[in-house]
Amino acid sequence: MCRIGAIKSLNYVHPSMALQLMQSQQKGHDNSGFAMVMHDLGGVFENYKHLPTLSMAATDEGVRLAEDILHQAGFQRVMQWVPETDDRPGLDINAMPNYVFETFDYPKSYRNAEQKVKEDLLLDMRLQLRNALEPNEEGFAYSFWPDVITLKEIGNPRDIGTYFRLWEPDTKLTAKVITTQCRQNTNYDIVRYAAHPFHLQGYTALANGENTFYLKNVEFQRKLHRGYIGFESDSQCFLYTLHYIHRELGWPLRYFKHVVTPLPFGDIEKRDDAQQLKAIRQSLGHLEINGPNTIIGVLPDNTLFTCCDAKKLRPIVVGRTEDTVVFSSEVCGINEVLPDRDWETDIYPHEREIVTIDDKLEVQRWKQ
Amino acid sequence: METMKVQDITPNDLPWKIRYDAHRCTLCGSCVAACSFRAIEAKVERRRLVFSESEFPEPKARFSAVPVIRQVKSIKNYCRGCGICEKICPNDAIGPVRNPDSRHPIITRCLGGESIKRGGRKNLESTVRTLDKIRVGRISQMTDPSLDAQRHAFDMLAPFGRILPPQKLPMGIGPDGLLQITGTTPPVNWIYPVIIGDMSIGALSWRMWEAVAMAVAYLNEECGLPVRMCSGEGGVPVRLLKSRYLKYMILQIASGHFGWNRIAKAMPHMIEDPAGVLIKIGQGAKPGDGGLLMAQKVAEHIQAIRGVPKTDLLSPPNHQGLYSIEESVQKMFLSFNAAFKFRVPVAIKVAASATSVSVFNNLVRDPYNIVGGFFLDGVDGGTGAAHEVSLDHTGHPIVSKLRDCYLAATAQGRQGQIPLWAAGGLGKTGDLAADAFKMICLGANGVFSGKLILQMAGCVGNDQGRCNACNTGLCPVGITTQEPPLVRRLDPEKVAQNIVNYFLAMDTELKKLMAPIGNSSLPVGRADALVATDHAVADKLQIQYVC
Repeated sequence: MCRIGAIKSLNYVHPSMALQLMQSQQKGHDNSGFAMVMHDLGGVFENYKHLPTLSMAATDEGVRLAEDILHQAGFQRVMQWVPETDDRPGLDINAMPNYVFETFDYPKSYRNAEQKVKEDLLLDMRLQLRNALEPNEEGFAYSFWPDVITLKEIGNPRDIGTYFRLWEPDTKLTAKVITTQCRQNTNYDIVRYAAHPFHLQGYTALANGENTFYLKNVEFQRKLHRGYIGFESDSQCFLYTLHYIHRELGWPLRYFKHVVTPLPFGDIEKRDDAQQLKAIRQSLGHLEINGPNTIIGVLPDNTLFTCCDAKKLRPIVVGRTEDTVVFSSEVCGINEVLPDRDWETDIYPHEREIVTIDDKLEVQRWKQ
Repeated sequence: METMKVQDITPNDLPWKIRYDAHRCTLCGSCVAACSFRAIEAKVERRRLVFSESEFPEPKARFSAVPVIRQVKSIKNYCRGCGICEKICPNDAIGPVRNPDSRHPIITRCLGGESIKRGGRKNLESTVRTLDKIRVGRISQMTDPSLDAQRHAFDMLAPFGRILPPQKLPMGIGPDGLLQITGTTPPVNWIYPVIIGDMSIGALSWRMWEAVAMAVAYLNEECGLPVRMCSGEGGVPVRLLKSRYLKYMILQIASGHFGWNRIAKAMPHMIEDPAGVLIKIGQGAKPGDGGLLMAQKVAEHIQAIRGVPKTDLLSPPNHQGLYSIEESVQKMFLSFNAAFKFRVPVAIKVAASATSVSVFNNLVRDPYNIVGGFFLDGVDGGTGAAHEVSLDHTGHPIVSKLRDCYLAATAQGRQGQIPLWAAGGLGKTGDLAADAFKMICLGANGVFSGKLILQMAGCVGNDQGRCNACNTGLCPVGITTQEPPLVRRLDPEKVAQNIVNYFLAMDTELKKLMAPIGNSSLPVGRADALVATDHAVADKLQIQYVC
């Protein structure tokens, strides 16, 4: 089973906090991997927020392939950060030869392009990279987006932390939003891509659960958007639905909840917006989820949110202090990283609400 | 000695032989009176008794005339095996026995020079049903807990109506930041996923039809199950058209357009919209053939409802004037949508065929968004009357065809836009919940069933040739007849009660299937929940093979 967590802070925080958050929950996951996506970057990336950063794990050949593709498309590298690794023997990590975090400037012809055009270009480039790297497993392109980096690896999260020296806080690698999960996908084949969080065009999602409408979701999503690929984990479905509702259809976040866990017909009929909700339920019925799930998501404006399945079969707790909000599957994780908070203000979201945290750390609880 | 006439018909030529025990018979005459086919009659047999009254054999003979019950040896009044005689006999003295040596298919054609007609379902022996080779095999364990069929809430409704793709929904963000409807959407009714199939008033006795309508009203108003019933082609009593119960009826139009004169005339007086309109193009039990209502069944009230004289009513095999799918969409769909001012969904029913996917593809790409459902009827469907050769030898199984249509929609990202409804032998084993559930997992939004409803009412017919006499107008249990003495055998309230109870049981059973796979709403297209014990079935349906 997964344990998931997220941190959103007014200050830049180091991933060590995310590791600590998850470490105390290790009995609840199987220590088979570690993955995190960081939004709103500080440290070495702080001055490059407007430019896309490629997060990739690759062989030497993979790095060469990827850089060639990007250079050919006209991208110019402006910054590169390579984590110093600690490859002492005995660590439980299935490491790739290279971990690349490179920031690029857009091709000249795109520099004055509209935002949407640029965003489509970034997606297409990532898909192209993935396509090129996949056949011989030369590498894994996790994200290529401004102000976002992704790290995923197979192994024991504690050792992965050691390998990347993530246990030692520093000021180089920080962010105001970190989402994290400690598990490889153990249901199916071990694939680096399969560990959540997943990222697509500014949206990040991770989930604890089992989406029993996975097949319905997948079959529908495959035809909705070129970026909806992979499907190595049922949690990807949540990301794609979020992206589709919020970005492609341009609907407010609350409708994501209406799509994934629609109200029963009887309840819809009693509402003023029954017509809208019915239309949504009809047209997007294949994006409904079933089974036990808790979802954490990040929007392009760095809003952090969480919601659950319609029966609340998976837990999530929100704890907070003046400058930091933490989401966690188990409250022990929050106790670890926010020991001095007022635990009486902890929120245990119910099955019909979305809890959102904006950039000022204002908490909104929206009831479906 | 008279030359034996080998061409004469004897009981051994007929499909059923009467077993009669003269010793037990009290000659009450009930069986003869009850046999609607006049297949048995009272006769007098000459008996010879040889006896001896002395100590040594001195045979004497005594002749007597004994009244008995005898089987009629005729291809007109032959025994259908319905067993009504057996049911009514107080002494178990009589009953039909299946005759494996029957020459009926041959002699009927030889003597009559006509094709054999009958009702019921396909009677040819077939292998184990496809649906029985499929199990609900993905059971929620540990990571995704099973639900509790008794305790959890389930949302089991299916759409009837055209569903727009999300990007075409006429919705925009209003000043309050919320979605607002900015245009019109096609009408969609969310109904119970099992529709009572289209059996016409005419094919059914008035008591039977009324009983079904009563059951539907009760299920809706007292049990909270929004079950809909399709009228079948043949009109609807005006009293019902003008009542508030019309909202539970799906009106059917088929190639004969029977009954539509009255429906059209009643439109200004309707206080409720019907639940939908179903354009019947074809029927699974007799694909490529129109409906048959033999003159025997065209009673006075049927003549009135349909506006016809007493004659054989033969619907043409197709809708005259519709030459293509495009045309059908433009003409029929538009006119029926317009007739109810685009408030009532209009769907189409076709017989499953090797070409079904092409038809479905054409409809799903319909630019007017007016096709509100694709009803696909497979080879095992029932009928009131058809040529036996059509019943037994034409048609296409429903399971793979339904799946093909769903996968065709999926390949285009159009699943759900035209709801798929499947029928044709579903519930044949008596277990409609299981069949419906499996069809839903394979991609159906819902199912419809007719023959099973008759069986709930007491139909004694089966798929081994028992009864199957719906076409004769002599239904021994009063379901498919217009003969008043026969119709009175049916207690409509008891029938309604049976139907209601069956639906309540089925509703529980559907939940019992949804709970273990962890779903609280219908698992439409969740083929991953199914496994097949047959490799070919698994391959064809794209589900997991298990052994």
